[in-house]
Amino acid sequence: MFEAILLTVITAATPLLLAAIGELVVERSGVLNLGVEGMMIMGAVTGFAVANLTGSGTLGILGAIGAGMALSALFGFLVLVLVTNQVATGLALTLLGLGLSGLIGEAFIGVPGLKLEKLDLPFLTDLPFIGPVIFGQDPIVYMSVAIVIAVAYALARTRAGLVLRAVGDNHASAHALGLSVLKVRFLAVLFGGACAGLAGGYMSLAYTPQWVENMTAGRGWIALALVVFASWLPWRVVIGAYLFGAVTVLTFHAQAVGVGVPSQLLSSLPYIATILVLVFISSNRRLTLVNTPACLGKPFVPDR
Amino acid sequence: MKNILKAAVAAIALAAAGSAAQAADLKACFIYVGPVGDFGWSYQHDQGRLAMEKHFAGKVETAYLESVPEGADAERAIERFAREGCGIIFTTSFGYMNPTLKVAAKYPDVKFEHATGYKTAANVATYNSKFHEGRYILGQIAAKMSTKGTAGYIGSFPIPEVVSGINSFLLGAQSVNPDFKVKIVWVNSWFDPAKEADAAKALIDQGADIISQHTDSTAPLQVAAERGVLGFGQASDMIAFAPKSQLTSIIDEWGPYYIERVQAALDGTWESKQTWHGLKEGHVVMAPYTNMPDDVAALAKETEAKIIAGWEPFTGPITKQDGTEAAADGVRLDDGAILGMNWYIKGIDDKLPQ
Repeated sequence: MFEAILLTVITAATPLLLAAIGELVVERSGVLNLGVEGMMIMGAVTGFAVANLTGSGTLGILGAIGAGMALSALFGFLVLVLVTNQVATGLALTLLGLGLSGLIGEAFIGVPGLKLEKLDLPFLTDLPFIGPVIFGQDPIVYMSVAIVIAVAYALARTRAGLVLRAVGDNHASAHALGLSVLKVRFLAVLFGGACAGLAGGYMSLAYTPQWVENMTAGRGWIALALVVFASWLPWRVVIGAYLFGAVTVLTFHAQAVGVGVPSQLLSSLPYIATILVLVFISSNRRLTLVNTPACLGKPFVPDR
Repeated sequence: MKNILKAAVAAIALAAAGSAAQAADLKACFIYVGPVGDFGWSYQHDQGRLAMEKHFAGKVETAYLESVPEGADAERAIERFAREGCGIIFTTSFGYMNPTLKVAAKYPDVKFEHATGYKTAANVATYNSKFHEGRYILGQIAAKMSTKGTAGYIGSFPIPEVVSGINSFLLGAQSVNPDFKVKIVWVNSWFDPAKEADAAKALIDQGADIISQHTDSTAPLQVAAERGVLGFGQASDMIAFAPKSQLTSIIDEWGPYYIERVQAALDGTWESKQTWHGLKEGHVVMAPYTNMPDDVAALAKETEAKIIAGWEPFTGPITKQDGTEAAADGVRLDDGAILGMNWYIKGIDDKLPQ
């Protein structure tokens, strides 16, 4: 039973984790992109469409990543080059993604999808418990773990991470040091788009292999909240995403067992848990402020 | 960019088509609560619209607005249609009830049709379908096909329509196996494929080997197929998503109703009434019985024929969860009792969320 629950939790947490880790990098560079939901849904529809037309899951994944990046490039151009308002542009990006995905996806409604193959190693996958949990996932789950490790390492230990943090914390100083603020931010935005697109692709290729309009159902917004929840630290994003996934899945099990708690209350538990942790974290000012990018959401226009 | 251009071109073409079709005798307009691409509730209404449009071949022009939120926005959308010269307007969600009545009072010459509601006016009719008839058949099939004697049921919201569906399902199952159990999980959403999939996984992990759903996506059935258990489709035939797992599906068929009512409007015989039809009138249709032995399919067909001949699944003896009698032997619950059902029958362990 525990194994079954854990497997479901991993599936529920992976899209949140991917979208949130991408947004974390974007925000660490000082840009607030509220368009995660829009990029996710575009990733979902493109991933599904490409996989369906070519019959290749790998191409589907690449398509999803590409779609997220394309949309984020548009966002980057508007926000960084034309210096539009980040909040408004991000919201517009979500609306654009939801509408456009519906248009593209019209031909794929009611078409069964292609499900990504899970890893199947002889002997290893057959091991009790650790087999299916560690050696029996689909490729995107492993990618999500790899991305988190890479981001955590890069942010803390590499020069690139230092540059990213500098740009996000004080863009004027970073500029004075000769760093290209806009270039760094644009790359960060693209990375965020790729992760969100991949998260969407996971939804339509592995989680529920099908395309239906609005299938991400607000997960992009939860990913945004998770970044704050994690106080901009990669490892805490993992905790947040898995906690959220676990509480969601456990409420269904609680209902199926019949605990007699109103289902409306159970459905709100993941959100209540998130709020509680947010309250707990923000009660300690030092904990929150130390990692908050100081230039988050502030536009930067280089003086020439 | 190309897609935006495409959308713009499509919009212009649509506008042109709109002005070109002025010659039609009647304009029939539809308001949908979800996207037409949900492959569930709104999708089926749109299929009905298309069938109707085809039937009248050019005599009737149609238009629709999708994803219209219930509430103030709905009133604006309905009023817009009324002003634009729609002769008959179908509002296809429960929450459109009061906005529909409000607009109807302002436009007495326009005919309104509200789905799943209970308030009518001189120019407002209501319509709904007896989905619980199909659920009784699902219950019988579930009890025959289950080896563990337990089905999982994914519910959206604890409203009468869903509750009567659960009761009818279990009544059908009990007619085959009196000890049959149903585990219920509420996802508090009509449409969230991922959540529905998680609920289906939880139910299967808890020992259910048949999955039934009253939510709109194909996700639960896909999970059933993946885990090698059986399940039922919802609103449309979902066999393509689970060719080895779908036993049957309750299909919402709105086309015949739309044709009938638009015809009445054209003939000048339209009047306000409450329509609640089921299998008999073809408003509820069972998808082919698949993945089951012949004797189970025969039983299902027999029950279907019995219902078409006029039998009601909610015919006593029916005992409520608390042990009180809901209907004595041979007594049939009246329509009001079914449409407003807010109690479980005996045999359900779940407490009804209030």
